[in-house]
Amino acid sequence: MRPRALVAVVAVLVVAAGVILFATTRGGSSDPDVRTSEQRIEVSGGPGVAAPVSLDTTLYLPARTPAPAVLVAHGFGGSKASVDADARDLAARGYVALAWSARGFGTSGGQIALDSPDYEVADARSLVDWLAQRPEVALDGPGDPRVGVTGGSYGGALSLLLAGYDKRVDAIAPVITWNDLGQALFPDATGTPPPGDTPAARTFGTDGVFKRGWAGVFFSAGASPAQSAQASVLGRGNTGSDDAAAGQGTTGQGQDAPPVATDPGQGVTPQTPPGIPLTCGRFTAQVCAAYTEAATTGRVSPATADLLRRSSPVSVTDRITAPTLLVQGEQDTLFGLDQADANARQIAAAGGTVRVVWYAGGHDGGAPGTSVRDDIAEWFDHYLMRTGPAPSSGFAYAVQSGVRAGGSTPTGRTIVADAYPGLPGNAPVTAQRLRLTGAPQDVVNPAGGNPAAITSLPGLGGSLGSLAGRLSAFTSELPGQSAQFRTDPFPESTTLAGSSRVTLTVARSPGQPAGSEAVLFGKISTLSADGRRVLLGSSVAPMRVPVPVDGSPTTVTVTLPAVVAPVQVGDRLLVSISTTDQGYAPANDPAVWRIGLADTGAPATLTVPSVAGRAVTENTVPIGYLIGIGVILVGALLAWVVARALRRRRLAPAPDPAALPLEIHGLAKTYKGGFTAVRDVSFEVRPGMVLGLLGPNGAGKTTVLRMLMGLIRPSAGTMRAFGEPIGPGAPVLARIGAFVEGPGFLPHLSGADNLRLYWAATGRPPADAHVEDALAIAGLGSSVDRKVGAYSQGMRQRLAIAQAMLGLPELLLLDEPTNGLDPPQIHAMREVLRRYAADGRTVLVSSHLLAEVEQTCTHVVVMHKGLVVADGTVDDIIAGGGAASFTVDEPAQAAEVLTGLDGVRDVAVDGTLVHAELNGMPRAAAVQALVTAGVGVQSAGPRRRLEDAFLQLVGEDATP
Amino acid sequence: MTTPDPRTNGSVPATGTAVDTAIQAAEASTRRGHVGGFSAPVPTEPYDVARTMPLRIELIRQLKRRRTQVAFALVALLPVILWIAFSLASDGPPGATVNLVDLAKDSAANFAVFALFASASFLLVVVVALFFGDTVASEASWSSLRYLLAAPIPRARLLRQKAVVAAGLSLAALLLLPVVSLIVGSIAYGPDALVSPTGESLSFWTAVGRVLLGAIYLALSMSWVAALAMLLSVSTDAPLGAVGGAVMTSIVSQILDQITALEDLRNYLPTHYANAWSDLLSSTIDWGDMTRGVFSSFCYAAVFGAFAVWRFQRKDITS
Repeated sequence: MRPRALVAVVAVLVVAAGVILFATTRGGSSDPDVRTSEQRIEVSGGPGVAAPVSLDTTLYLPARTPAPAVLVAHGFGGSKASVDADARDLAARGYVALAWSARGFGTSGGQIALDSPDYEVADARSLVDWLAQRPEVALDGPGDPRVGVTGGSYGGALSLLLAGYDKRVDAIAPVITWNDLGQALFPDATGTPPPGDTPAARTFGTDGVFKRGWAGVFFSAGASPAQSAQASVLGRGNTGSDDAAAGQGTTGQGQDAPPVATDPGQGVTPQTPPGIPLTCGRFTAQVCAAYTEAATTGRVSPATADLLRRSSPVSVTDRITAPTLLVQGEQDTLFGLDQADANARQIAAAGGTVRVVWYAGGHDGGAPGTSVRDDIAEWFDHYLMRTGPAPSSGFAYAVQSGVRAGGSTPTGRTIVADAYPGLPGNAPVTAQRLRLTGAPQDVVNPAGGNPAAITSLPGLGGSLGSLAGRLSAFTSELPGQSAQFRTDPFPESTTLAGSSRVTLTVARSPGQPAGSEAVLFGKISTLSADGRRVLLGSSVAPMRVPVPVDGSPTTVTVTLPAVVAPVQVGDRLLVSISTTDQGYAPANDPAVWRIGLADTGAPATLTVPSVAGRAVTENTVPIGYLIGIGVILVGALLAWVVARALRRRRLAPAPDPAALPLEIHGLAKTYKGGFTAVRDVSFEVRPGMVLGLLGPNGAGKTTVLRMLMGLIRPSAGTMRAFGEPIGPGAPVLARIGAFVEGPGFLPHLSGADNLRLYWAATGRPPADAHVEDALAIAGLGSSVDRKVGAYSQGMRQRLAIAQAMLGLPELLLLDEPTNGLDPPQIHAMREVLRRYAADGRTVLVSSHLLAEVEQTCTHVVVMHKGLVVADGTVDDIIAGGGAASFTVDEPAQAAEVLTGLDGVRDVAVDGTLVHAELNGMPRAAAVQALVTAGVGVQSAGPRRRLEDAFLQLVGEDATP
Repeated sequence: MTTPDPRTNGSVPATGTAVDTAIQAAEASTRRGHVGGFSAPVPTEPYDVARTMPLRIELIRQLKRRRTQVAFALVALLPVILWIAFSLASDGPPGATVNLVDLAKDSAANFAVFALFASASFLLVVVVALFFGDTVASEASWSSLRYLLAAPIPRARLLRQKAVVAAGLSLAALLLLPVVSLIVGSIAYGPDALVSPTGESLSFWTAVGRVLLGAIYLALSMSWVAALAMLLSVSTDAPLGAVGGAVMTSIVSQILDQITALEDLRNYLPTHYANAWSDLLSSTIDWGDMTRGVFSSFCYAAVFGAFAVWRFQRKDITS
């Protein structure tokens, strides 16, 4: 059996290998139904650019055309190759997808103008024109294709801007993008919030703190000739992160930058026009100048603000009428939830249709998972394909617990609400006011803003996954640099969703240096009872606070970062205000600020928003699988019932009281390996017989017995016991007791327990077992209560014979019963067997010992090499028909005398032995004749023909 | 039965050795003219297939085995060992992220969830594979299988009764772990609410129900391990081979499940949905993966189980 186990193991491994192989080869192929064509499309260069710009595009065609089209825009630093998977996916869903490398990226010409209406947006409009000419694209009217736009980050803003500038756009799905680039790069968290009470609303101040970390990453992605290397740091989704939701996709939904841009034809040469410094890379001179100014001064100038505003959806949101699905990431320190909130607010205020989805990912997390991609597809299906049901115009947000559970264990859930709170017609967001405590604290702003707290790693967060979060646990607060205020422990668990607000005072600390304004960073964390602190969203809310020179405090309302976080019972919320953050331009002058909670008469509070909704777990059971389970169970039940019915019919008994205990005809067995153990065995056993099955080892005796026990199926022949056929599990086996090839006991049970449980397993009443008789035969004495494992070979042997005799079966099969017994035991065993058969029962004993058979049996069947070679009563076979042997001192004379006797024949001399066929003459008469003739007779007896024959057989075996 | 017990017969020295007793018993019987009950063989009730190998008897046979006792002891001790390990582990500086070990110390419910998570992928697989894989193969290795079959217990019935008992033992072990964990956890950390990996809170008694449901799901989802172990058990005479083969297959499946490049193909791995019970740990339960998991397991179990029966029915018992 060992080789079989080995085969099984090998089979498992082979299957595993096959699965891997299949997956590997399959992974390389693409959807065969999607056809692609690459072409360069010439578009106008735009203001100030004389030459047309050539855009590198790929058109993805679905199986059926004409179909609605979707423009798939890539993220900053990427190219059309980075959205290949998304475009392919859309084409597979039935859309004509058009991906292109934006000007300044990939192998497209032109320079990066940051989604400028004059350049990138104009390019996209030309692409819409181009699509309108394609026969594969469904049209709403002449020159007006049915078209949607999607894209992540840079591409997301383009979606919004294009929808604002081109009325032909029918639906958009921007992902993790900005509302106001100026506000995103120069955020300011102070000021009164805008009206409407949306969850993540934030005032956009005019003089924010420069988000230099991200801005640098952003700029270098477009400035560096080796785009691909730099670009990969830009908010790429990381499949290895702990974000369950984000970890699904291998490519982002048009998000910034591909993981590897290996296309050799792209982005190798910086097409820097003469006259533009290399430091500007492929940016236009205006963009380059604006960045240079911001990076060097850390402040935003009106000109820069204006430039950025033109590149921002905020300039067109009041004109967007195309249904808009806004997808924003909760792990995003570049374009936070407040940006999507502003987009939603502005579009809805102008009457547009908006749905908002916050997913667990973003520029610091990962690309959207399949559920978000499905959301986007459903959006287009309804508004472009006009097939699917109307998607909810509500709100869905993901709640991540932050627990690292590993594997496929969900660590988050998605909550859906019917409406995005605070939009026109919707109820405002629910806000909880929590008492906040903490004395005024002095915080130090080090000279040059160094060392600075590290809360996030711009451009690396996604790649590092949860490591970034773990790092920030130790680096997000530097000693002496932050003031902290905490709420009471939460009496019940809640989910924070949106921007919390707190009103603070900032003042100079008497006698300490300070400038005219403070640059501070607000953060919100959860603090669990055991001291674990989690900075929510890895995010900070920077603020620039003018502080009066006279020492009087300035009161500011701070909008903390918009986050989604579960708060457990016993957790506190911790608001900290610190002076430095690595990702932002610091205040360079050393200063000490006294931060306190604003005293407004009432206790200071933290306003915490939450959005009620229901968790979208697929609360429905997949019916198909449920039916499948039912089918399997019913199938198993049916199989059982059928098998039972078949067995009933098969086992219809035909009892025949006159039938012989055992009849065997033409029995043969060839094992699977081809070894033939039994060729042709036929014999009968009559009641009262003690039949010996005699043969040398390997004659097939045991195989015959095993077939008689129903353990082995014969290859040919029939076996009947008491008239009933014998087979595996045949009821007639209950009338047969057997001991074959050694004992079989449970070693951990005592001998008595073994017999008791064995009998119980036969299902017959304990009274029928005659256990006492059996144990008496076994003769184990007090050892019956010891574990069988401790028995000697002989004890086990005797116990096994006793087990065979349990219930006093009418036919007893014993295989070498005296093996391992000592002579007195053998003697006793013979007696037992003889007695056993005396009452009309039948015993079949197999043995390779002639003496054994001779002394125990009444009948004998001699087997050799699977064949019956002799069959008859022991007396017949042993005594022959009257053959006798004489041991004499004068063999020659004796032979002469015997030959002379009347009727005696076949006289043969063998040493001192003389054999003769007496032919009815008593041996005594022959002896008398010999003695009379003067021959000394030492012994006289029947001639042992059986022994001769048997020894001959064994001898043959011994010399193969 | 009027036959006196030969062993108490006055002519037999009570102090004789076992061998002596055997001889003397036979001789004594022979001298008296009959041997024990040899002359009164009329059975009170005929053989009835439906009564062979009663579940109670098979259960006793298995419960008396050391491996059964050790398996249960291990499962019952695991929560205690975890508790000791947690109390010995020094508290490091609190990190930003929470893992299941951190949560486990919050409440009895979390402790039980952790115990299930920690043991589901290996320990419980071994336990189930042991109960199912060992049951026939060990009989074969002791040679007792042939006597049971010749009793006769029809092979399909023997397999069924053994499978039912093994299933009962497995279920008991699977439920024992969370129950003991809940008790130990309640003593150590208090019967407080469960903080689930999804960040929700469930009241203690809700959590108890969910954890027990989880154990039942685990039992259902391991049906394929059970059936495979049974198949190997009837295919080999080496109990270790049967148990090890089933456990190894589970491990290989788990390893393949780690290869994300296999994508949707992983859905066909029998262990793919093994952790789906964690869906029970949120306020609204997503039955989707659990339904798929049970279906997947049942499919494999049906195939392996049917093959096991087919094979056992046709096998030549040569052990």
